[in-house]
Amino acid sequence: MTIALEPAAQGDRVSLLRVLGPAHVWALGVGIVLVGEFTGWNFSADKGGALAALIVCWVVGLLYTSVAMIDSEVTSTVAAAGGQYAQAKHIVGPLMAFNVALFLVFAYTMLEVSDAILLGDTIVAKAGVEGLTHNSFIAATIVVLAWLNYRGVLMTLNVNFVITAVAYISIVILFFSVSPWTQGAVLKLNELVTPGNALPYGWIGVIAAFQFGIWYYLGIEGTTQAAEEVRSPARSLPYGTMAGMITLLIAAAMTWYVCASMMPWEYLGITYYPLWDAGKLTGSPLLENLLFVATLLAALASANGCINDAARAWFSLGRDRYLPTWFSAVHPRYRTPYRSILFLLPIALAFAFIADLNQAITFSILSGVLQYTFMSINIMMFRRKWPLGSIRRGYTHPFHPIPAIVLFCLCVVTFFAIFLGFGSQLIAMVAFYFLISLWFHFYRYKFVRRGDQFTMPWPKPQGY
Amino acid sequence: MWVALSYACWGISIVLALWMLYDWFKVDTTFSEEVLTSSREGELEATSEKHRI
Repeated sequence: MTIALEPAAQGDRVSLLRVLGPAHVWALGVGIVLVGEFTGWNFSADKGGALAALIVCWVVGLLYTSVAMIDSEVTSTVAAAGGQYAQAKHIVGPLMAFNVALFLVFAYTMLEVSDAILLGDTIVAKAGVEGLTHNSFIAATIVVLAWLNYRGVLMTLNVNFVITAVAYISIVILFFSVSPWTQGAVLKLNELVTPGNALPYGWIGVIAAFQFGIWYYLGIEGTTQAAEEVRSPARSLPYGTMAGMITLLIAAAMTWYVCASMMPWEYLGITYYPLWDAGKLTGSPLLENLLFVATLLAALASANGCINDAARAWFSLGRDRYLPTWFSAVHPRYRTPYRSILFLLPIALAFAFIADLNQAITFSILSGVLQYTFMSINIMMFRRKWPLGSIRRGYTHPFHPIPAIVLFCLCVVTFFAIFLGFGSQLIAMVAFYFLISLWFHFYRYKFVRRGDQFTMPWPKPQGY
Repeated sequence: MWVALSYACWGISIVLALWMLYDWFKVDTTFSEEVLTSSREGELEATSEKHRI
């Protein structure tokens, strides 16, 4: 801690601090994701019914388990801020890296915006005061969390650990409060999910449900952004990411079971607050208030982690001159990418005030799925260029190439599902990335110092 | 109470935003650009975690 408080002297090199452990990695990953249990996943019930929401919980769980396994291997080897951006740069090439960094910044900034809108709307819904708008709560969420991130990564993720843990424990408390071992007392799964209504739109409904099934786990890959700030990346990153994924699989299963057993799928698919509603339906004011507070904490933890991750991806782009180097400044006292944090702050505020929640969520999901598709290709190239034994890996994931193939196939299904619901946004986003790639290739790349960007002390890749 | 909380949120946001702007100005005028942008990727990997097979 003390080292973070001592300002650097003129002439010193200023870099990010290695102060984090596996618990912080867990807090970053689970913190970003857990809000998806409090809202988001349930819209998959609207697409395909309650059973479809359960099927995508498991199948998308498989997608993210593949993401976590692949990410753990590559990041424990390429331990640099920027996460998947640094991986893409070393394994695929600069153009892919530039795009991946933009996927990251878009995914996290739009998720931060969604979190802030959710928090504001939740408070307004609870208050029930005429004329009260969500704007002040949105502003406070984004500015206070940006300030926290500005002041240092250790405190930021300590806070995230506490609020994520409280939100998680609230799900566990709800689960055990409704006597999950007994049907008929509080839970009525056999009455609410019947053979007649389990899949109201058939199997195409299950495919369509993938679009929102992503919300059960969206953002767990964000753990990699801490790579340059963890004390032992080779150990902490795989451990924190895998522990996070296990935690989320349990939370997702508990959440579905409680909510699907208390609400008909027609309501579950449209409510913004499935867990808070479940708390209300128990009839216990204590549970209702606990789930209200937990919804706010989950949104806060997610926005906090998103600010951390988006800023590091932007910072990495500046450091490699993919963007002006001005963005690569590190605060000499707090050791944070302060200019990137400040640059992204008004952008997040602007989107939060003008965008609608569904649009922000869709842009976040789209950027996320583009990134996962890249990861499946990336790991195949990584194993081919640097086979096992040719470089030191912090973690080696088992069953290669099965996770990569599963990930790629599930990404294709998810793209199809997004196309069914938000086809025009999907096309617009792909067109945007295509145009920005042209700008990077024909204009920006000439400013990049080509030799400086590859920093890993690896041997030449096989075949080169 | 909720309306008062709303005003408090605006107040906190403005104070913290101004503090960050002040600190940004102070840092940028105290330290040279070379120092602030001196971070290098892979630096710690190369020094603290020697890459050996």
